[in-house]
Amino acid sequence: MKKIFQGDWFSQLIDGLLPVFATLLALLVGAVFLLMLRVNPLEAYAALWDGAFGSTNALAETLVKATPLLLVSLGICISFRGDMINIGGEGQMIVGALLATWLGLTFTNLPGWLVIVMAMVAGFIGGAIWGGIPGLLKAYFRVNEILSTVMMNAIAVQLMNFLLRDLLIDPSQAKLASKIPQTARLAEIFRLPRLAPTRLHLGALIAVLLAILVYILLWRTTLGYRIRSVGQNVYAALYAGIKVKRYMVLSLLLSGAFAGLAGAVQVYGVNYRMITDGSASGFTGSAGFNGIVVALFGQLHPLWSIPASILFGALLVGANTMQRAVQVPSALVTAINGLVVVFVVSSEIWRRRRQRHRLAHAKQDETSSPVDTKKVDPIESDS
Amino acid sequence: MDPIIILQAGVASGTVLLFATLGEVLAERSGVLNLGVEGMMLIGAMTGFSVTIATGNPWLGVLAAMLAAGLVSQIHAFITITLQADQVVSGLALTFVGTGISLVLGEGLSKAGTVSLMPNFSIPLLSAIPILGPIFFTNQSVLVYIGYLMVPLAWYYINRTRPGLHLRAVGEYPSAADALGINVFRLRYAYVFVGGMLAGLGGATISLAVAPGWFSELTTGGQGWIAVGLVIFAQWDPIRAAVGSYAFGALRRLILDIQGPLVLFGFKNPFYYNSSLGFFLQMLPYAFTVIVLVIGSREAIRKRLGAPAALGNPYIRGERGK
Repeated sequence: MKKIFQGDWFSQLIDGLLPVFATLLALLVGAVFLLMLRVNPLEAYAALWDGAFGSTNALAETLVKATPLLLVSLGICISFRGDMINIGGEGQMIVGALLATWLGLTFTNLPGWLVIVMAMVAGFIGGAIWGGIPGLLKAYFRVNEILSTVMMNAIAVQLMNFLLRDLLIDPSQAKLASKIPQTARLAEIFRLPRLAPTRLHLGALIAVLLAILVYILLWRTTLGYRIRSVGQNVYAALYAGIKVKRYMVLSLLLSGAFAGLAGAVQVYGVNYRMITDGSASGFTGSAGFNGIVVALFGQLHPLWSIPASILFGALLVGANTMQRAVQVPSALVTAINGLVVVFVVSSEIWRRRRQRHRLAHAKQDETSSPVDTKKVDPIESDS
Repeated sequence: MDPIIILQAGVASGTVLLFATLGEVLAERSGVLNLGVEGMMLIGAMTGFSVTIATGNPWLGVLAAMLAAGLVSQIHAFITITLQADQVVSGLALTFVGTGISLVLGEGLSKAGTVSLMPNFSIPLLSAIPILGPIFFTNQSVLVYIGYLMVPLAWYYINRTRPGLHLRAVGEYPSAADALGINVFRLRYAYVFVGGMLAGLGGATISLAVAPGWFSELTTGGQGWIAVGLVIFAQWDPIRAAVGSYAFGALRRLILDIQGPLVLFGFKNPFYYNSSLGFFLQMLPYAFTVIVLVIGSREAIRKRLGAPAALGNPYIRGERGK
């Protein structure tokens, strides 16, 4: 009997289920919060579930919300694996979307599929530029990438505010006195095709395919191997002759590119135009930040990001239904998202402790598991 | 556009950054990086404003703001100090938690109207000093004056007192501090708490003095992140933190003023006639921060910056080389 509980498969099952426990715990804390606001938590969570999965349309909305989260989180998987912390998803999404939108509004006489492909590439490039700059600053000037990516977010927001009121403003708005800051609508043929009689669009499929590609990139190619080596131990990577700086830049650049693509997909699949309320979250819906949460939740594994993004997409969509049903601000879900991360990182110590225990018994070699490799040897503590 | 007025307002709005930055300096000196400053500031701004509405007493508001943000910071302390988890991830999560909670509890607060604010006054003799008097000592909030006092106090505490020595030891060489009988874990908890309280004070300074009111997450508008950046610029030194905070405050104020109808060197002001261009001005503080970080880090290669050696590392008793 004792043997079963010491078995490797059992430990791995527990490891895999930890995020689920963490979510349940966070929802439990959320329930306490709801009680304090004099709301029946069961009623609130029932509304949340119903809003996320209650009908075909609800499910489609959940997947629509999950799409940018998945794309951003794929980028986060790459950068965090390379030990580069990318908090600039918001800005990278915006720049990617701006570039893609400009393209769709400029090349109006090209065939639809061509413009869509070009726009996706443009989104990728826009995000890559916005992520690559902090990468360069980190690699060559030792500028802390956490701060520079955050600053790049703010700069992107102001760039969007300017462009949507000036160069890219909807011509019909320019004539009006109100001048709502938004671009013109994209032509119908430039829109990403829908997958069902819902708002679900091709972007969701693209995101899933890319998740598989990122998995292959990280674990089946030299490039991915080198990025992960730099992330695990810079000194070892240097000793092995890996050009560390180049891979630092590359991991942030790729990370930004996926966020930029998420921005482009958002414009071509959902909104068909860009509009701003002056803040980043007005356009991105905070997907640039929430994508980090998704990636961490999926233990920085691109394939686990798929269910994780659906879970968080459901939370976001359900939050709106909950708000309507029981009059609780949907920002509660922001707090719950944070708590989920808190519990996920806290649960790490139990996993580590069990792993140490297992190693001490030295029954068999550990298969390398994803998260514990991070931050073993941080070198940037002084930058 | 009177430079004296700009600097005077700059000192006031810089006080917000000063409190948050000083708090983060103390926390990081003990070896704990806390990226949750933005979230803690929002908690402070929201709590300070709502308690002031409820009680009519802004002093109670400020006290509550500091306590609330301090308590929230203990989530981070528990995760990073006791559970030894990643400080970056936990700090980010704290931002989410703080933002979410303050938005939920602050719902409807924006329509609450005016409250009694922290008092403004001039200091009798000092305000008569030419130039410096009007900038620093005339019609400022009491919180601004508290900020002045706090800078030398913090410097003296860190560099010249016994508890300050312990603080530095815990951040530089925790295992040595531990061997000397200093409780590393308890001190780190304490300084994360102090850091949280000061971030909360910074938040309350916005909602009760500098830009009164509650405007959801626009209340802080990313100043918590700027404070985290200023700590690096300040090289973990309170005096440099003050210089950076006031300079930043003045820059923010200058950006507002430069969009007025003025004539620059005989040219009509382009920022006034095309208001869209103003968005480029609003990029400046952030671009400036990045540039400052580039300059600061180049210097760092020579001087090793003075970052606490154990910053970002959990202390695990009995592990070699920590």
